[in-house]
Amino acid sequence: MRASLLRILALMAKEFLAVLKDPRSRFIIFLPPLLQCLIFGYAASLDLNSAAYAVLDQDHSAASTALLARLDGSGVFQRQADLVRAQDIATWIDSSRALLVIQIDQGFERNLLAGKSAPLEVVADGRNSNTAGTALGYLNIVIQAFNADWQVGHGRGDQSVRIVTRAWYNPNLDSRWSMIPSLIGTLTMMGTMMLTALSVAREREQGTFDQLLVTPFRPTEIMVGKAIPNMIIGLGQSTTILLVAQLWFHIPFVGSFLVLYAGLALFLMAAVGLGLFVSSIAKTMQQAMLYAFILVMPFALLSGFTTPFSSMPSALQSVMVINPLRYALDITKRVYLEGAGFITLVPDFVPLIIIGLITLSGAAWLFRRRLT
Amino acid sequence: MSDWLESIRRIAALTRKEARQILRDPSSIAIGIVFPLMLILLFGYGLSLDVTKVSVAVLDKDHSADSAALVGAFRLSPNFAVTPVSSLAQATTLILDRKVDGLLQIPADFSKRWHAGASEVQIVVNGTDANQARIMQAYAGGPIAAWSAEQSPSAISAPGGQVIVSSRMWFNEANDSHFFLVPGLIVLVMTIIGAFLTAMVIAREWERGTLEALFVTPMRPGEFLASKILPYFALGMIGFVLCILAGQFLFHVPLRGSLALLFLASMIYLLVALGVGLLVSTLVKSQFLASQLAMTLTFLPAMMLSGFIYDLRSMPVVIRAITYALPARYAVTLLQTLYLAGNVPGVIALNMGVLAAMATALLVATRLATRKQLS
Repeated sequence: MRASLLRILALMAKEFLAVLKDPRSRFIIFLPPLLQCLIFGYAASLDLNSAAYAVLDQDHSAASTALLARLDGSGVFQRQADLVRAQDIATWIDSSRALLVIQIDQGFERNLLAGKSAPLEVVADGRNSNTAGTALGYLNIVIQAFNADWQVGHGRGDQSVRIVTRAWYNPNLDSRWSMIPSLIGTLTMMGTMMLTALSVAREREQGTFDQLLVTPFRPTEIMVGKAIPNMIIGLGQSTTILLVAQLWFHIPFVGSFLVLYAGLALFLMAAVGLGLFVSSIAKTMQQAMLYAFILVMPFALLSGFTTPFSSMPSALQSVMVINPLRYALDITKRVYLEGAGFITLVPDFVPLIIIGLITLSGAAWLFRRRLT
Repeated sequence: MSDWLESIRRIAALTRKEARQILRDPSSIAIGIVFPLMLILLFGYGLSLDVTKVSVAVLDKDHSADSAALVGAFRLSPNFAVTPVSSLAQATTLILDRKVDGLLQIPADFSKRWHAGASEVQIVVNGTDANQARIMQAYAGGPIAAWSAEQSPSAISAPGGQVIVSSRMWFNEANDSHFFLVPGLIVLVMTIIGAFLTAMVIAREWERGTLEALFVTPMRPGEFLASKILPYFALGMIGFVLCILAGQFLFHVPLRGSLALLFLASMIYLLVALGVGLLVSTLVKSQFLASQLAMTLTFLPAMMLSGFIYDLRSMPVVIRAITYALPARYAVTLLQTLYLAGNVPGVIALNMGVLAAMATALLVATRLATRKQLS
């Protein structure tokens, strides 16, 4: 037992040295997650803070001017141009200079004053239909407010239902609050799985793995000795991102660090397990990296990180039970924003443990079978 | 003249060696053919920003005919799946367990205040997924408006003095997010094939010492690079063709621009991706570092900073400035425009020009870096 422990410790020390000895490696392991967290934290947002629009106002009335002033004052809509010809609409949309073009026909004010409906024709650039939809949504809110004021101003009060919205755990519905905790899992998984996938493959390519196999090391010991250093490096990456989230983005952490780190440790066990498994199948480093990448990329994109998990077809949702990141995203967000405890997170912890155990034992089993 | 023929022969020989190496390695084939297909199928079906249905818990504290009718309007709405609850605690549990996306609370005095003129309902969303929460907020307006129109029929007969927005979404009338995700996916696939495979290639030859062996042959650096580019370029184009076939026949994304321009744009972008991969590989000479760098420099920016999912227009100015340095940004704009808007000369010439300049710069830089090793 004690001898086994000593062997594992020796292998761990060697693994750390292999990765961290080279200054360029140290650099590549810790700098990118830091930069990515900063850049993606700002970039990855489905919110729309500014929408460029052009207007073709053929009414030139007090009402149309008031409506446009309200748009300009909304803080979201930035007027780029006042068009004079209908042909210009296509030019502005095609060249992406305007996301929306608003057309106000002659008789707009007359219709309003007569108590009729006055159409506001809007063309949106659907090349990114998500952005266009969001912009149209904002536009509708501005128009509703305009309508309500117009009715009051012209003595036509009506019955109405006001919707009061309250958002739990993220009162301003800032998408950064959901995005940045998600980056902890996503960036760590990418870094760790690639790193681990290369660890055995590199030794195989250099021939040192065969040497390792003729030493008294048992496959399980090799597995543990390779898994733990990579998990620790992964925890280091997670911590880096967690620090950026709190110290730079000031996103309040309401949960317990103990729960978070327990979740991250299990997540890393599963991610490292998958990486080692891939690594023990691959013959060369290139193969290991490509196989790892073929896993990492769908895991990252289909975890709910970029697009809503519930919008995926149910068949794909069930395939993604093997995706450790899916559980990690749930854990990090819920601990970070909701303050979830151990009991709540059992449904996330259990699959991670299962993935970890299967892949790690599979890797240990494969170490000996894949001798060429 | 014979010099020139010799050079072609050397390139052909080395290309043949490289092609064999690709063909015999299952992982290269996997990434050239299986991977694009898998990507476009998985993501084409899996990636969608369209939230069509949100589930909502409804807590009716009013128990009046009015509130029951309002709940009915939510049930009828195609955007909502309604779960009635009897207490706030029950609703909280459902929200925390992710069984529902939010809560609609109808206060006890809802009906009374409605008849007095103005009433209110409360919507609670789980802000941990800000996007989902915002979508639900937007959807809730629908059934409430439908209900209030029903309650005061006078409002329908005389919709007095209202501005009505009639919007048209150009290029994507059906508002289907696949239309802009598929062109972005093509860029992602080309990035991976172009940069990832090649990033390892030269570094591997350095690690194994086969590159030095090559340098004592009459092979010139330019010929060496050409032989590395050709097979991977072919592999990338196979992936590209598979992608456009899938876009056409599986996802029915309309191709409004010309096919020739689409090919040209993709070929230029593929050269950029190959250039990044080869340059990284030549400079770091280590497979581990090359792979990590390729991921950091190509895949992640192509996913996050190209406009593929996250719109460039929503990014802060500093971040947007960074995206100008990234080739993927130009490629995504180019492909989205070619697919959805058509041949818009200004957009296409500009973006293609930038990509062509980048490809040239990267390949020349790689060529220079390779020569330096020889001396």
